[in-house]
Amino acid sequence: MNTRGLRSQLKDSIPVAGLCPQGQYGVQDSLRSGFTSAKNELLPSHPLELSEKNFQLNQDKMNFSTLRNIQGLHAPLKLQMEYRAARQIQRLPFLPSSNLALDTLRGSDESIGFEDILNDPAQSEMMGEPHMMVEYKLGLL
Amino acid sequence: MSTHAASSTSRKHKSLFTKMAMLTVSRPPLGGFSFENCKRNAVLEGEVNKVGCSLPTARKTGTTICGVVFKDGVVLGADTRATEGMVVADKNCSKIHYISPNIYCCGAGTAADTEMTTQIISSNLELHGLSTGRLPRVATANRMLKQMLFRYQGYIGAALVLGGVDCNGPHLYSIYPHGSTDKLPYVTMGSGSLAAMAVFEDRYKPDMEEEAAKQLVRDAIAAGIFNDLGSGSNIDLCVITKGKVDYIRPHDEANKKGIRTGDYKYKGGTTGVLTKVVTPLDLELVDESVQTMDTS
Repeated sequence: MNTRGLRSQLKDSIPVAGLCPQGQYGVQDSLRSGFTSAKNELLPSHPLELSEKNFQLNQDKMNFSTLRNIQGLHAPLKLQMEYRAARQIQRLPFLPSSNLALDTLRGSDESIGFEDILNDPAQSEMMGEPHMMVEYKLGLL
Repeated sequence: MSTHAASSTSRKHKSLFTKMAMLTVSRPPLGGFSFENCKRNAVLEGEVNKVGCSLPTARKTGTTICGVVFKDGVVLGADTRATEGMVVADKNCSKIHYISPNIYCCGAGTAADTEMTTQIISSNLELHGLSTGRLPRVATANRMLKQMLFRYQGYIGAALVLGGVDCNGPHLYSIYPHGSTDKLPYVTMGSGSLAAMAVFEDRYKPDMEEEAAKQLVRDAIAAGIFNDLGSGSNIDLCVITKGKVDYIRPHDEANKKGIRTGDYKYKGGTTGVLTKVVTPLDLELVDESVQTMDTS
């Protein structure tokens, strides 16, 4: 298998906002994102933005540390291995995935929150260009 | 972890100088609140304030809601006015929301927030009940609500009075927008809460009968309606006892719309007739044509 492709699959996706303009052809998209300024890109636009972005991560961290304190090291270790395996079950990069296994592990298949009602990714109006995204995922770009 | 390219990707230049395509790699789109428009809204608000206008505000329920625990259960009461700034937006809105067959919740604050929050918690309680196989407890609903409201740090403007009867007896909680809760025998919330609390402090006794409790809640809401501009119209009551819920809407019409005492229509025969002349019009038929409609 192409080692370059494997490497791109394993690395985390880091948001590269602000360094390159967001619009098409690399031109500033004033209609959608307004005027640019370095301050705008660095500071969050709403006090809740950062905490909401990391909410799931922080919840998981808290749960795992509680689990470690109660049941010992092996419990969170085993669970994290299962999370990793479940997270890899995805559709093609440009299609929305249901994440059913991951949801069942987390227990969020039995609860409804704003993330299920508002901004459902399955009904998003924008889609990435299929060829580009698959090529990027395989490291062919 | 799989990577996804954002939708805004530029075309790849297939030229001799293999230029790297400009990609913004971001995480897959998550559901939930999107803060994309916050900066734009802040700029717009600044612009609008310079001109002298103001942005439209959310519809609030400047409200009086209250609840009291009596011998066999809980009585919840609410007024029915929803305001939008200085205008009454809804003269008869329903502020007592269903959470589960034995738990109801009154909501004050931003109307949309109380609606959506109570609906989400109601769905979650139903799923939870299907999982446990038992009737849900009021403490469960309380904990779900306070955890959600604290997560959003008060930006969800919902002040709630939660009451119900479960296997441990009747319970009454008040929940504030930032996520703090109080478990008390009598609570009031909303802009008319001080007026209603005055009535409660004067006349509350532990272990009242159902009729006395209903009368007390009715008087407390009436105090809120008559002394607070944000509350008005009718009084809704919800009496929850073990195995039975009485949703009385309306229990009392405190503000009746006035009946018109005068009428601008003149009765027939008011004006006396002096003379009457009748002229028949002779019309002759010139042309007759029939146009068929296309009903195919």
